[in-house]
Amino acid sequence: MDLSSTEDRSGKRAATQIPAAPAAAGSSPLAAAAGAAARTSSHEVTTPAPQVNVEGLRSWYGEQQAVRGVDLRFAANAVTAIIGPSGCGKSTLLRCINRMHEEIPGARAEGRVTLDGLDVYAKESDVVAVRRAIGMVFQKPNPFPTMSIFDNVAAGLKLTGTRGVDLRDRVEQALRGAGLWEEVKDRLGRQGIGLSGGQQQRLCIARAIAVEPRVVLMDEPCSALDPIATLRIEELIGELRANYTIVIVTHNMQQAARVADTTAFMLAGELIEHTATEQLFTNPADERTEQYVTGKFG
Amino acid sequence: MSALSFTTSPRRRRTDAVMRGVLLAATLVALVPLVLVIYMLISKGIGAWSWSFFTTDPTGSFLGDPGGIKSAIVGTVAMVLLATVIAVPVGVGVALYLTEFGGGSWFSKAVRYFVDVLTGVPSIVFGLFIYITLVIGHGGFAGWKGSIALALLMLPVVTRSAEVVLLLVPNGLREAALALGAPRWRVVARVVLPTALPGLVTGVLLALARAAGETAPLLFTAVAANATTLNFGGRMNSLPLQIFNDVQQAQDRLVQRAWGAALTLVVMILLTTLIARLASRRSTT
Amino acid sequence: MQREPDRGLTHVEAGTLTPGGGRSSLERSSLRRLPDRLLKWGLTALAAAILALIVYFFVRLADESSAAFSRFGVFGFTFDDNWDVSKNIYGALPLLVGTLITSVIALVIGVPIAVATALYLNELCPRRARGVLTTLVELLAAVPSVVYGLWGVFFLIPRLKPVEQWLSDTFSFLPFVGGPVAGPSYFIAGLILAIMILPIVSAISREVIATVPVEQKEAALALGATRWEMIRIAILPHARAGITGAAMLGLGRAIGETIAVTLVIGNAPTIGKQLFDQGYSLAAVIANEFGEAAATPIHRSALIAAGLVLFVLTLLINGGARAFVIRGERRRGQA
Ligand SMILES: Nc1ncnc2c1ncn2[C@@H]1O[C@H](COP(=O)(O)OP(=O)(O)OP(=O)(O)O)[C@@H](O)[C@H]1O
Ligand SMILES: [Mg+2]
Repeated sequence: MDLSSTEDRSGKRAATQIPAAPAAAGSSPLAAAAGAAARTSSHEVTTPAPQVNVEGLRSWYGEQQAVRGVDLRFAANAVTAIIGPSGCGKSTLLRCINRMHEEIPGARAEGRVTLDGLDVYAKESDVVAVRRAIGMVFQKPNPFPTMSIFDNVAAGLKLTGTRGVDLRDRVEQALRGAGLWEEVKDRLGRQGIGLSGGQQQRLCIARAIAVEPRVVLMDEPCSALDPIATLRIEELIGELRANYTIVIVTHNMQQAARVADTTAFMLAGELIEHTATEQLFTNPADERTEQYVTGKFG
Repeated sequence: MSALSFTTSPRRRRTDAVMRGVLLAATLVALVPLVLVIYMLISKGIGAWSWSFFTTDPTGSFLGDPGGIKSAIVGTVAMVLLATVIAVPVGVGVALYLTEFGGGSWFSKAVRYFVDVLTGVPSIVFGLFIYITLVIGHGGFAGWKGSIALALLMLPVVTRSAEVVLLLVPNGLREAALALGAPRWRVVARVVLPTALPGLVTGVLLALARAAGETAPLLFTAVAANATTLNFGGRMNSLPLQIFNDVQQAQDRLVQRAWGAALTLVVMILLTTLIARLASRRSTT
Repeated sequence: MQREPDRGLTHVEAGTLTPGGGRSSLERSSLRRLPDRLLKWGLTALAAAILALIVYFFVRLADESSAAFSRFGVFGFTFDDNWDVSKNIYGALPLLVGTLITSVIALVIGVPIAVATALYLNELCPRRARGVLTTLVELLAAVPSVVYGLWGVFFLIPRLKPVEQWLSDTFSFLPFVGGPVAGPSYFIAGLILAIMILPIVSAISREVIATVPVEQKEAALALGATRWEMIRIAILPHARAGITGAAMLGLGRAIGETIAVTLVIGNAPTIGKQLFDQGYSLAAVIANEFGEAAATPIHRSALIAAGLVLFVLTLLINGGARAFVIRGERRRGQA
């Protein structure tokens, strides 16, 4: 709101003067997501989201090892669920993908993580750029308490210093993409923390996708929500799938079964099995997986 | 006494009642000086108040009209504000270092320890230090030197209170911003500081209120003057010093002015404290 | 200005994430990384400057006081009972004694009341009155030192004189009591210091008491303890280290307090024979004599030396207090 129409103009200028960077709204994943949310079903998405490769990932908190050599591929435009008993290292693995583990004192990781072939841990890779490309949604909804709904969604763009975009447009698209637009469009100036828990979490998803990351990591995004809000987010994940690579950690096996294309089962810091979701739940290759998914375990 | 009865032995009950009474009495005793000080301040101070009391400078004459306290009020406000301007960026900066960058390193532990050390240093020692480093051989007394002495006094208070409120900012907010791909300085400027702002304001105002009442650091830095001035390069008057000097003269007309000035000073400090409280209350809702 | 699109991920933004083209799209130009580094190093430098300042502080005080120390010896300066400005002889024992006596009086009077206040406010006070009473106790800290001094001179000293005389006569069998009372005295100074340290000792004690686990208190109550017994069994043992630390912090305050003491201690550079005699303190002598000392280097040096003694004394006491508070915290951590 505080960005005036000069933003508008500069946005257009950027689009016309840099043909090498076709920021045409129609082809951006966000616009497409908004389109999908609006049920226009125009599948004009051309660029597939990138895929993420994790190779030999190990991670420690001080002396204690939390992840013990994990190889995982997260396919483009797919939802991958990670399940496993509490403390098996799911959150740690997720954080290692966009280097959020570096925010925990004493935490470190080894191995290789690539985003479409680009090494996330490489010396030249900048942690800020990595996180810009790989977004994250947290377990507890955490909108910025000092900001309005609008500013929360725009926060990513402002915080990353993105200029040359129409803020209002982006915010609307992101909110549509998160399925929140209709509920909040009349009170964009109100505080983000005034929303319900489920709305707050969708606001956080909108905030994450407003910067148009390629990958969205979600760490138990529904565990603080009631069943109806959970269902709404699950639908949303299904819609976002068309444009993003999505990794979701969940304790809820039905949820994994409902939203994920493939599911990975972790145990004590190791990856036990990663296959098509249906197979993992009906016909797992590993005995421990079977025990876990049938509830005979942990 | 039968095992199955809901009575406590009278002796224990009596001890309990007596000790409760003692604790209550002690609390009331603690408030006696407050009541007495405020009563004296009002009864003696109000009499000194008048329009000219606030609008004229001390005359400095040995007889007759002693004048008012205008220069003292202006000097106190000016020097305390300058001290705040110096102490707040440094104090909040150090607190930011401790919470956002220091981690648990030995260096940040050392800094925290020495900030604690500063908290315990008597205010007169700060005054001495400024006297040694800035006053002797460096052009004598000046208002800005008094401000620096006050700033040194405020610095540890501001740092500690800022550190506390910065630690209260949920880590989830920092992580949310970092996960969006925001550079650290923007996370600090746009998320951490605004979230902590009400608490920071409270801490600063409380430190300011404390500095406003300090006499000792000003004794040989800004000294005193009669004339109202905003020239920080020269001597500056202040309320605490005006009171101190008037009391030491022990003349009725000067003592009268001292009470009036004391009431003024206490009212200013209480107002600042009140605003500080309101700021922190707003943050909790 | 280089034409750098404002996004971390140029290619990604455009929808084509190509590792080729020489530059990885996960890079960020060093120019854009600069603010982060500046902030980090700037703040670190600031923190380092604080450390440097304290060292400098100490060095300058030591340097300026060296004249006095070398003339009278460190020991001689600190422990000689002879402070005579007219003869330019400076032995600070009377000041040290005055500082210690007044501070001890302050502790003896102030700490029990402060702890009792803390216990009452936290454990017994009806909820509705708690906020008001707590604020009132805290208000004691809002009154400036010079105002306490003013009040001491014109209220406490005249009003308490008969009381002091009665105390002096009645308890003359005690050591350091008896004989005629002076107006300004160690006792009055100690009493004012007690009032001044009360709010801080009470506040820290309340913090410490509040950290006693609820389960422990409930366990005591469930055993059939009365409120007071609960305080004795569950709270006091737990909070003892913390309260000791609070008292020591109060002591540190009392030792360094200047203006109020200057106004009511009498400013006589001799060791008083009894509690109700006049005396002097380290801080008060600095406040009083600095004006005249500017012209006499050795006098000035002696005053700065007095400041250094004060500084070292408060450092030791505050260091000790910190150790107590931390030990208390650690014990609570284990519980
Ligand atoms: N900040 C931390 N410091 C130290 N150890 C940690 C930290 N966070 C996690 N751990 C340890 O690392 C291991 C893996 O933790 P992680 O949070 O990744 O598990 P998780 O699978 O996400 O569990 P949950 O399902 O409960 O969220 C656990 O043993 C945990 O104790
Ligand atoms: Mg987890």
